[in-house]
Amino acid sequence: MERFINRGNKATKTGFGEGLLEAGIANSSVVAIGADITASVGVDLFASKFPHRFISLGIAEQNCVGVAAGMALMGKIPVFATYGVFSALRTTDQVRVSLCYNNLHVVIGGAHAGVSVGPDGATHQALEDIAIMRVLPNMTVLSPCDATQARLAVIAAVEQCRGPVYLRFGREAMPDFTTVDMGFHIGKAQLLHEGNDLVLIATGHMTWEALQAAYELEKEGIMARVLNIHTIKPIDESALLEAARECGAIVTAEEHQVAGGLGSAVSEVTSKNYPVPIEFVGINDHFGESGPPRELMIKFGLTSENIISACRKALERKSGQVARNEKRGSEVI
Amino acid sequence: MDPRPENGDDRLALLAKSIRQSVIRSLAEAGSGHLGGSMSSADILTALYFSVLKHHPAEPSWPGRDRFILSIGHIAPVLYATLAEAGYFPKEELLTLRKTGSRLQGHPGRDHKLPGLELSAGSLGQGLSVAVGMALACKMDGLSNRIYCLNGDGELQEGSIWEAAMSAAHHHLDRLCVIIDRNGLQIDGRTETVMALEPLKKKWEAFGWNTLECDGHDFRSLLSAFQKTRLETSRPSVIIAKTVMGKGIGSIEGDYHWHGKAPSGEQAEEMIKEVAR
Repeated sequence: MERFINRGNKATKTGFGEGLLEAGIANSSVVAIGADITASVGVDLFASKFPHRFISLGIAEQNCVGVAAGMALMGKIPVFATYGVFSALRTTDQVRVSLCYNNLHVVIGGAHAGVSVGPDGATHQALEDIAIMRVLPNMTVLSPCDATQARLAVIAAVEQCRGPVYLRFGREAMPDFTTVDMGFHIGKAQLLHEGNDLVLIATGHMTWEALQAAYELEKEGIMARVLNIHTIKPIDESALLEAARECGAIVTAEEHQVAGGLGSAVSEVTSKNYPVPIEFVGINDHFGESGPPRELMIKFGLTSENIISACRKALERKSGQVARNEKRGSEVI
Repeated sequence: MDPRPENGDDRLALLAKSIRQSVIRSLAEAGSGHLGGSMSSADILTALYFSVLKHHPAEPSWPGRDRFILSIGHIAPVLYATLAEAGYFPKEELLTLRKTGSRLQGHPGRDHKLPGLELSAGSLGQGLSVAVGMALACKMDGLSNRIYCLNGDGELQEGSIWEAAMSAAHHHLDRLCVIIDRNGLQIDGRTETVMALEPLKKKWEAFGWNTLECDGHDFRSLLSAFQKTRLETSRPSVIIAKTVMGKGIGSIEGDYHWHGKAPSGEQAEEMIKEVAR
């Protein structure tokens, strides 16, 4: 499999904005709802092209979600984006009842997800949004890994989904490496690197980090499979179980609390069906803080180096388990 | 029978009695539910479904229909009774209220596919935003559908109501009409003791709404208010309907303990007789 190359850093929010514009051109039912930070979350492209389809509601996110529900009931496809902390957390009751319980086709953009919002600090860094959104029935949760994928993701959310969608993306310009011909199939994991020694399961900005870790481990003769999970819900159970069976050890990576996010979603599948050693790379139950994004990722243990350390632990546990299984086998005989 | 000469429409008064009696029966059968508010809103709903709303019970999805949002989802029993009375589904089904698998969920649930329900609701403070969204979509497309939303007075303590109120005025949603069931009571007692709402009319006016007051149990007063809202061309309208919790059942009128209670079979029999008087 060919290596992925960074074509140049680009923010996922830019991809989101381009995708929203494209979706809006293709489908006149698409409307956008603004909560005072239009340009900051990439909705400005749509708003300039379709000013009559852009609704400004100000800093009132709970109202934004309810309004989106009302518009969806009248046949529109509303897209409401603001920082993930506000679009998913402040609004959780409205999302739960007005969107999910009513099962309405509304796309909620969770901008500035993860720590990449940097200097703004903890209040603006969404680290719990995946956990909270994925436990809501009827919700689809998307987490594209780069700008190109973010563009495809919002188009898919508009065209393929029939119920509510939460789509998280980041602020900082990050490596843009996937290609359009990879497509975006909701619910399908993407194989980005082959290997059977262990599997790296990553989402969002951590997918690039996972690839770098895999490329590094290859030098030592360790072949790590890399799966990009752009759909956290519904998660690709068969790809996860196939990887668990064939690789025997898992490392998950996300810009999110370890509790309740991608790592938890993966363990729910594997621990029930095919338990293997699993290590989680993510935020360990603390808030973010101010700082340049790259420094924060290093400080919070969200780099390819951290993934490599987790891999070593996972491999140790895997060989420990193999040894125990063999010992048990010989005792039985 | 109390002739109440000030009630302009006997037909509506009879329908309201029938609806009230259906509510009492369905709540008694269910063993739980919200009687007080169902009674205080009964005349408002009768006026809406039998005089104000443009709708076709035989065609619940007719795109040209006006929309009614019940933001106070807990008084679903009176919405159900009104829909049944109007012919959306058989009245016998009212006795399945709150039972497992019923289309008549405790709070409206569209997932159970009851004809005539526009929104699954029950968490207070959300319905007005949805109504605003509907009105915005209609305005965007140049449609003439009117959007009505029934809110409780206690519900106005939710901040999200005021976000919605601001946005409706900002966007000049003149086809949006809110009705407030101003019965003055909530679970812990009087609204003015729990968290004061007055001066309520001034609040809505300050938010840019065409604000009307009426007697929520006098059809002439109600219908006149609804008629006036149709004259508005740039502001949303709100009708503060003065009501009495438990109205129609003399023995419980004004008693906030009946906010979330259902009558026993025996109590129901007595209450049905009181409504008939």
